Amino acid sequence: MTAAVELVDFDDVVARFDPVMGIEVHVELSTNTKMFCGCPTEFGAEPNTQVCPVCLGLPGALPVVNRAAVESAIRIGLALNCSIAPWGRFARKNYFYPDMPKNFQTSQYDEPIAVDGFLDLTLDDGEVVRIGIERAHMEEDTGKSLHVGGATGRIHGADHSLLDYNRAGVPLIEIVTKMIPDTGARAPEVARAYVTALRDLIKSLGVSDVRMDQGSMRADVNLSLSPKGSGTLGTRTETKNVNSLRSVERAVRHEMGRQAAVLDAGGEIVQETRHFDEQTGHTRAGRRKETSEDYRYFPEPDLVPIAPSAEWIEELRATLPELPWERRRRIQDEWGVSDEEIRDLVNAGALDLVEATVAAGAPSQEARSWWVSYLAQQANTRSVELADLAITPEQVARVVELVASGELTNKLARQVVDGVLDGEGSPDEVVAARGLKVVSDEGELIAAVDAALAAQPDVAEKIRGGKVQAAGAIVGAVMKATKGQADAKRVRELVIERVGA
Amino acid sequence: MTTDSPAAGGAITRDEVAHLARLARLAVTEEELDVFAGQLDVIIGSVARVGEVAADDIPPTSHAVPLENVFRADEIRPGLTQEQALAGAPAAEDGRFRVPRILGEEA
Amino acid sequence: MSDLTRLTAAALAEKIHSREVSAVEAARAHLDRIAAVEPVVHAFLHVGAEAALAAAQRTDEALAAGERPASPLAGVPLALKDVFTTSDMPTTCGSRILDGWQPPYDATVTERLRAAGITILGKTNMDEFAMGSSTEHSAYGVTRNPWDTSRVPGGSGGGSAAALAAHEAPLAIGTDTGGSIRQPAAFTGTVGVKPTYGGVSRYGLVACASSLDQGGPCARTVLDAALLHEVIGGHDPRDSTSIDRPVPAVVEAARQGASGDLSGLRVGVVRELGGEGYQPGVRAAYDASLRRLEKLGAELVEVSCPHFEYGMAAYYLILPSEVSSNLARFDAMRYGLRVEEGRSAEEVMANTREQGFGPEVKRRIMLGTYALSSGYYDAYYGQAQKVRTLISRDFDAAFAQADVLVSPTTPTVPFPIGDKVDDPLAMYLNDLATIPTNLAGVAGMSVPSGLADGLPTGLQIMAPALGEAVMYRVGAAFEAARDADEGGPLIARVPEVTA
Repeated sequence: MTAAVELVDFDDVVARFDPVMGIEVHVELSTNTKMFCGCPTEFGAEPNTQVCPVCLGLPGALPVVNRAAVESAIRIGLALNCSIAPWGRFARKNYFYPDMPKNFQTSQYDEPIAVDGFLDLTLDDGEVVRIGIERAHMEEDTGKSLHVGGATGRIHGADHSLLDYNRAGVPLIEIVTKMIPDTGARAPEVARAYVTALRDLIKSLGVSDVRMDQGSMRADVNLSLSPKGSGTLGTRTETKNVNSLRSVERAVRHEMGRQAAVLDAGGEIVQETRHFDEQTGHTRAGRRKETSEDYRYFPEPDLVPIAPSAEWIEELRATLPELPWERRRRIQDEWGVSDEEIRDLVNAGALDLVEATVAAGAPSQEARSWWVSYLAQQANTRSVELADLAITPEQVARVVELVASGELTNKLARQVVDGVLDGEGSPDEVVAARGLKVVSDEGELIAAVDAALAAQPDVAEKIRGGKVQAAGAIVGAVMKATKGQADAKRVRELVIERVGA
Repeated sequence: MTTDSPAAGGAITRDEVAHLARLARLAVTEEELDVFAGQLDVIIGSVARVGEVAADDIPPTSHAVPLENVFRADEIRPGLTQEQALAGAPAAEDGRFRVPRILGEEA
Repeated sequence: MSDLTRLTAAALAEKIHSREVSAVEAARAHLDRIAAVEPVVHAFLHVGAEAALAAAQRTDEALAAGERPASPLAGVPLALKDVFTTSDMPTTCGSRILDGWQPPYDATVTERLRAAGITILGKTNMDEFAMGSSTEHSAYGVTRNPWDTSRVPGGSGGGSAAALAAHEAPLAIGTDTGGSIRQPAAFTGTVGVKPTYGGVSRYGLVACASSLDQGGPCARTVLDAALLHEVIGGHDPRDSTSIDRPVPAVVEAARQGASGDLSGLRVGVVRELGGEGYQPGVRAAYDASLRRLEKLGAELVEVSCPHFEYGMAAYYLILPSEVSSNLARFDAMRYGLRVEEGRSAEEVMANTREQGFGPEVKRRIMLGTYALSSGYYDAYYGQAQKVRTLISRDFDAAFAQADVLVSPTTPTVPFPIGDKVDDPLAMYLNDLATIPTNLAGVAGMSVPSGLADGLPTGLQIMAPALGEAVMYRVGAAFEAARDADEGGPLIARVPEVTA
């Protein structure tokens, strides 16, 4: 393990070095069954209950490719603007590890199903960065090990390990970028934006739930530094275990500072695997391998080649949903909002929510206003994600409707929303339970106005004498009497009316 | 088959055999290293004959059957119970396969 | 010896289906025979007497209830090579590393045998993981050749072939990766067929070399082999390399062939096989076989397959490469042997594999590991795959000139136990003539051709992919002519086994 080094200040790093990145993302597909057998893929089942001779690697068992996984891979490839390989084989990647039942991983090696695409990202300031996609290929996941004894489930110092193969054989798509040069100080931001955009894209395809927290999307970040203007490529490290969007950004930033420190000290960057620690935000070196890896790839003899026809590819292309950038453009047109506004919505994680609220009948202006201001504040106060607030877009739309119809004032509406968030029921239930409806019964209001005028005859006299601004005192009294549930504008009209009558 | 092809003799050293054994997870003995080094050397010298065939323009054959696009529908099939899965295990604990502590990290 | 054990499978089936003999009686006769000769022959690793009798009982009950036989072979006993998984019997592949392993599932072949009402007597001995040509590489002791018990029965399927020759079973299943069905058939005076690659499901066949392995029927007559072929053959959706086409009509072809006329058929005599390197006795038997084919009306055509001479080299690169990967799963983590030595999973794996595998398996694992290593891949594995293409092209050209090809099945007669066990290359030469069909995926069979120095020899007949019908036709015609000329089947001359 290398000793902790003093990181070089980020601005200093980018002043003297050019970072070059490469990002590999593994996505677990949400197919019903595994890549090569009919076992279910559901997360969280009892250990070793979603296994069969094939995914347990029992002697004699043979794989058969899941058509839906291939279709998902092709759709991801098409959405990433890749070419789909007209012919390709699976290969075996040979290495021993207890979580891998066959001691080889069935993967695509030099014949990936999708190659040479790109994904355009829009950064916070509106700059568009094109990330080249080298390849997307299919492979299978490994089982899970539980390390017993020693420190808190860590592999080091464990006494023994327990293996669960439910995850073994779950279909994975690995998406590899081309080298990402010339991002300078924006490298951490670009890395995060790329993983975010990829996540949104794959989510829109409906092929994975892309939950980084559950491991259904995992990122590995390759990074190297080269002295500015040198034109040479530095030695890269690969940082694994980067399991949140924020961590992607932090890992890049940390690794830049660390590598610069090593280089400044006259050291050499070791080509190695590093692990990201969520707690400290640091990367640490993995254990060095005794022998250099030699995966001895060769074509998988138990599976025949995949040769997607042009017709099949076009059929799949036709099933692509509206992709995130297309959707954003359409929404912008429909709602008439600016680039900045749409970006704010996306960054706030509010776009889906606002769209659903609009779909439930609310005008886009009101829907946007609720989600980015009051509800965003509430999410902040309550320390939850916007999407995890206990209110649905339909409920927000109902509140907007109640305000528009005059049944609620904006102030009352906020109280109704508070009630919903506190679990008191639907907006209508909160209105009823808390008695928050605007007092719109004219008779009731007239009685309240008359009572207030009678209580302050001098003020009534002033108004009658033309000092209309004196009506404020009466309106205030009426509002107080109705606990704020009256429409102040209407009260004012009634005061003038009653005095003049 | 002859063993006098150009590659015969000296094709593989004892150290290389030790390296192969490590890659293949075989804890071979010192004695075996000597025996295998000799035998593999002869065999490799012999099979190196494949290099005599000029085949630059010949496509390789990986499969003896001209099939493509063999797929399975994405339908759940009955698998094994936990008990069946663990029945042949040298050791099991809490529904999982119990194995000695793992030194290396995942690849 | 009971007469029931001397019958062909077809004849025995007829007696069982007409209820002249019960399936239980047939099973019992063979179990008795096994008990009598196994101490010498050692063809079986496991005999499942109880399960066999229960299966036979079910067949009898179904017949008694007036049901039609589940297949033309219902009630006939069979010996299954211990490389197919069986949910009611251990499956060891002749290896210590799978000692006592009881699979939780049946291979497709096993399932089909059961569904056909065939009585599985037990599991037969084999070279460890089907690597070898003598059955001496079994971890559980050598199988002896009933023709001369000081000699090997061939391999890897020596157990299945010896069981047939010793009349312990009228039917057996083997697997053929480079000759493991055909070479033992030749060595024991029996019939063995390697079907077209993809013709018989490999699901549940513990892999040796996936792109070469093929399960197939073993019997004492061509017709019996054909009957069994139709039971086990055909598409299996669990094997991606299984051909989705009907099984060739081999039973019909065998019956047609038995009439003995091959007029108009072109038989290709492969120039590169049968000359130098073949024992004089083997060559003499081969020459006699060619004359016999001519007498049957076949036209002999000399064909040349110039790349066959590289077949052995390509085979011993491709096979070990696939083996090194296929056998990686035997690591003491999930099933099979675990040697509790070592401080870590890694050490336990390495120690278990070291102690669980025999020398031939270890040799091939290391050879394959070498051939696939970066830096060597192109020169070895890559080049071997190109040779494979060239051999397929040789076959294509030869089959354009001839309907079937022939050669001696083996270069030698059965050799003494211990003769070649320490000389891998000499052992590998056994499969010189059989390997090309595996590399190309085409079909091949061995039929008894006669004796040389009192020991059996075989004639190999090869046919294009899915061309089994013509192969069986030629095989049956040849068999009928040989039996007629020699006054009975060769197998009738096998000596009685004595201790």
